[in-house]
Amino acid sequence: MPQPIRLKDHEKDARVVRKRVLVGALFILLMTAVLMLRMYYLQVVQYEHHSTLSESNRVHVQPIPPNRGLIYDRNGVIIADNRPSFSLTLTRERAGDWPAVLDTIVEVLALGSDERALFEKRVRQGRRPFEPVPVLFELSEEQIARIAINQFRLPGVEVAAQLVRHYPQAEHFAHSVGYVGRINEQEMEKLDKVAYSGTHHIGKTGLERFYEEHLHGEVGYQEVETNARGRVLRVLKRTDPLPGKDLHLTLDVKLQEAAEQALAGRRGAVVAIQPATGEVLAMVSQPSFDPNPFVTGIGFKAYAELRDSIDRPLYNRVLRGLYPPGSTIKPMVAVAGLDAGVVTPQTRVFDPGFYQLPNHSHKYRNWNRSGDGWVDMELAIARSNDTYFYSLAHKMGVDRMHDYMTRFGLGQRVALDMYEETGGLMPSRDWKRERYRQPWYPGETLILGIGQGYMQTTPLQLAQATVLMATRGKWIRPHLAKRIGDEPVLNTNPPPDLVLRDPKYWEYGIQGMESVLHGPRGTARKVGDSAVYRIAGKSGTAQVVAIKQGEKYDRNKVAERHRDHALFVAFAPADNPQIAVSVMVENGESGSGVAAPVVKQVMDAWLLDESGQLKAEFRTPQSGEEAQP
Amino acid sequence: MNSNFDRTLSNEDLLRRRASLLQRLHIDGLLLLILLVIASGSLFILYSASGKNVDMVIKQASSFGIGLVGMFVIAQFEPRFMARLVPLAYLVGVALLVAVDVMGYNAMGATRWINIPGVIRFQPSEFMKIIMPATIAWYLARHNLPPRFKHIVISLVMILVPFVLILLQPDLGTSLLVLTSGAFVVFMAGLQWRWIMGAAAALVPVAVAMWFFVLREYQKQRVLTFLNPESDPLGSGWNIIQSKAAIGSGGIWGKGWLLGTQSHLDFLPESHTDFIIAVLAEEFGLVGVCLLLLLYMLLLARCLVITVQAQTLFAKLLAGALSMTFFVYVFVNIGMVSGLLPVVGVPLPLISYGGTSLITLLAGFGILMSVHTHRKWMTQA
Repeated sequence: MPQPIRLKDHEKDARVVRKRVLVGALFILLMTAVLMLRMYYLQVVQYEHHSTLSESNRVHVQPIPPNRGLIYDRNGVIIADNRPSFSLTLTRERAGDWPAVLDTIVEVLALGSDERALFEKRVRQGRRPFEPVPVLFELSEEQIARIAINQFRLPGVEVAAQLVRHYPQAEHFAHSVGYVGRINEQEMEKLDKVAYSGTHHIGKTGLERFYEEHLHGEVGYQEVETNARGRVLRVLKRTDPLPGKDLHLTLDVKLQEAAEQALAGRRGAVVAIQPATGEVLAMVSQPSFDPNPFVTGIGFKAYAELRDSIDRPLYNRVLRGLYPPGSTIKPMVAVAGLDAGVVTPQTRVFDPGFYQLPNHSHKYRNWNRSGDGWVDMELAIARSNDTYFYSLAHKMGVDRMHDYMTRFGLGQRVALDMYEETGGLMPSRDWKRERYRQPWYPGETLILGIGQGYMQTTPLQLAQATVLMATRGKWIRPHLAKRIGDEPVLNTNPPPDLVLRDPKYWEYGIQGMESVLHGPRGTARKVGDSAVYRIAGKSGTAQVVAIKQGEKYDRNKVAERHRDHALFVAFAPADNPQIAVSVMVENGESGSGVAAPVVKQVMDAWLLDESGQLKAEFRTPQSGEEAQP
Repeated sequence: MNSNFDRTLSNEDLLRRRASLLQRLHIDGLLLLILLVIASGSLFILYSASGKNVDMVIKQASSFGIGLVGMFVIAQFEPRFMARLVPLAYLVGVALLVAVDVMGYNAMGATRWINIPGVIRFQPSEFMKIIMPATIAWYLARHNLPPRFKHIVISLVMILVPFVLILLQPDLGTSLLVLTSGAFVVFMAGLQWRWIMGAAAALVPVAVAMWFFVLREYQKQRVLTFLNPESDPLGSGWNIIQSKAAIGSGGIWGKGWLLGTQSHLDFLPESHTDFIIAVLAEEFGLVGVCLLLLLYMLLLARCLVITVQAQTLFAKLLAGALSMTFFVYVFVNIGMVSGLLPVVGVPLPLISYGGTSLITLLAGFGILMSVHTHRKWMTQA
C-alpha cells in the first residue's frame, strides 16, 4: 500500500449520511405531495372533463373483414368469387328508437310485415355496441335512391357496400362447393369472436365449410375517429386484413357440364375420378339448386319450395344418397374370392336360373330366369350372373366378404375433403347382432354377394371402389381441392393399400369388366360397341321396393318413383385408366341401358378430342391399334 | 401474586423470542408485511388490468414468490460479504452489457436481453440497477465523507460506463434509472451542494447535446408528445390522453373494481404494465391512489430508518441509495402516466406486470433486510 492510511471517522460519516437521509425524506414527502396534487387535479378538479371524455370516447376500433379466398376449377375457371353488394345497415345505438326506424324503412321501401320481422331478428343478432347490423341485402338502385331521399327520417341507417360471395356457375357446383350463409347464433357461440368480428358469412356446406379456416383469412382493424353522430371522420390507424387462401379444385367445369347434360334432366348422380391421383373431376347430383340466394338469406317461401320438392334438389346424392350397390360390386367380390382362395378364374358354376342353399328349398333367382348354363368368372361378370355370385358368396362367408368390401371402401367414408359424407353400411355378423339382436342367416350372405340386402353405399364409394380396381388397390382418398393457396393438398390418412396375394387376380376382375362392354355376351355391349377405346365397367340395379318370392319385376305395375335405380361404374381406357366414373340414375331401371350411356358420355367428354379420337396424352402404344371403329 | 408475575415475565419472554426468531432468519417483519400488502393488492389490480386474465395473475404471483425466496436468500449474506463481491459483480455486469450491445437478443426493436436458449434469458441492465449503487457505495465507503473531488470524478466514470452502454441498447428509461441509483449514493455520501447546483446548471447544455446526438427518433417523439400531447392526440399522444382520461374519470371514489371503462374497452394501452396505475386510479379513484402512495411512504420510511441505523458506511450508502431509487421509480412512473413526465417506460414498482423488475426490486429489499439484521450490538439499538 503506497497510500498513507487514513483513519475512518465513523461518527462523522454517520452524521453526514443522517443529514442526507433527512434531505431525502423531505424530497420524498415533497414529491409525493406533487403526485397527490396532480391526481387531485385530474380526478377532482378536471373530473367532469375526463368523465365526459371517457363516456363518449370518440375513438372506435372497427374490424375490417378479410376477403374470402376465391375458388377455381382445375383450369382456373372461377367457381366462387366476391362481388360488391349494397346492403342497408342499422346501428342501434345511433338509431335511438330503432323499432320505429325499422317501421320507417319498411314504409319507405314499401315492404311487408314479413320483412319487418326479419329485419328485427337481424338487428337483435347484432354483437358489439355501435356495430352496424346489415338488415337488407342486395339493394337495388331504386331502393338506394329511396333511402337517400328519406335519410333525414332514418337515423343510424346507412347504405354500406360490402363484398359478398357469388357463385357464377350457379347450380353446377352447389353440391360440391356448397355455399356460405349468414353466421347464425349457434355458430356464433363456437366461433373465435375476434377472428370473425368483421365477418358476416361462414361456409355452411361443401368445400366452403370444409376449408372455412383457409378461405376465411385474418381480420384486420382500423381505429377511427367518429363525430358525435357516429359518422367516421377519419381513419387513424389501419392493420390490413389478410385475405383468405384461394382454392384450386380438381373439378373441371366443362366435364361437370357434360356430366349434367349426360343425365339429360333425369334425377341422379355422377362422380368422375382420375384414378392415378384421386382427383375428383366431376361431381354431379341432379337436380341441383342455385346457391346464390342462400348467401344473402333465402326467403322462407323459396326455401320451403326447395325443401319440400319431391325431386329433393337439396339432397346431395353423391355423398349422402344411400343405395344397395347391386351388381356393380361383382368384380370386387370376384377379386376377393380369388384372393380368399375360394375360387379360381377357371371355377365353373352351372346356372339353372336359380341357386339353392344345400338342404333349403328357397330359390335365389338369377335375373335371367332361364339360366346361363355353365359360367366361369369372366362370363359371370360379363353376364352379371347372380347364381355364380350366390355360390361364391356362400363359399366366402359373411365375415371375409365384410373385410374385403370394407377394404374397397364400401360402407366407409372415403373422401378426403367433403363435408357431410355418409359412411353407408357394410353389414357383418357383429353389426346384425348389435343392431337387430339376431343371428346372421346364410341367405343374407348370398344376397350380399350380388350387392343387395342390408348393404348401403354412396355413388362416391362405388366410384372409389372402381378406382381401386383401376389402380390395383392403390388407395388415395378422393378429393376436390388440388391446391390451397400455393400448398398442394396431401393424401392424408389413406387406408392401407389393397394388396392381393397375387397381383394377377386384379386382371381377372378387370377382364370380366371389359367383357361387360366388349364381350359377345356382355350386358352393356351396345355401349361398348360405340366406344373408340376400351372400357372396363359393371352395371347394377338398386331395388327401391322389395320384390316378393316368386314375384317378377313388372315395370308397368310399379309406380315411376318405385322403379329400380340404375347404376353403372367403369373406368377407361381399360389398359391405361384415366378416368373412373360412377353413375346412379334414380328410377332408371336398367344399369346397362340407362346408366352405362351416361358413363360413356362422361368418358367421351374427358377422353376424346374434337375429332372424336382418343386424346394423344391418354393413348398408349397399344390402345391406338386396339381401338375399334 | 408470585405466579402472576411469573406469567407476565414469560409473556415478555415469548415476545422477545418471536422477534428474535425473525432476526435470526434475517427477516425484517415490518418491511415484509408492507411488501406483502402491496403485492397482494397488486394482484387484484392486475386481474382487472389484464382483462380478467387468471394466467397472468398466477404468473405474477409466482414471480412474486420467486422474488421473495431470492430476497430471503440475499438477506442471509452479511453486507460485509457483499461488499467483497461488488467489484467483481460490477465488472461482470459491464461485460454483459457490452455483450448485449454487441450480439444481444433483439426484442421490440431494442436489444436488452442476454439469451442462452433453454438456459437463461435476462436483462443485464436490470441486474445493473442493484450493482450500480452497490459499487459506488463500496468505492466511497473506503474513504472519509464527504467525498473529495477525485473520488467523485472516479465515481462518475463508474456510473457513466454502464449508463452509456444501456443507452446504446437503446433503453433511455433504464439508463437514466441506473444513473440515478449511482448518483444517489454520491448524494448520500454528502456531495457538496455547490457541486449539485453546478451539475444542475450543466444539465441544460448536456440535454441539448443529447437531443441532437444521442436520442433516437422514437425517444424524441416521446419527449415532444410529452411537451404537447394535443398535437397528435391519436398517434403518439394517445397513451397520455387516454391514461389521463382513465385517471380523471375515476373521480374520488373510482368506478369500482373491474368496472373501469377506459381500460376494459381497450382504450388504454399497456394497461397491465407501465400504465397500470391508470387502472387503479380509474377503478379506485383518488382514494385508491392515495392509499397506494401511503403504503409506498410507509415502505420508504422503514427503508430510511434502516439506512440511519445501519452500522457500516457501505451499508448506509447502499441502503439509502436503494430507498431513494425505489422512490424515483414510483415518482417517474406515476408522473409519466399522469402526464407530468415524458413516457420513458418505467414500470410501477411491485405493481406492474413483469417478473424481472419484481425480482430485482425484491433483491434490493433483501439487501436492506441483510443490512438491518446483521448488525452487531443489536440489543442497544
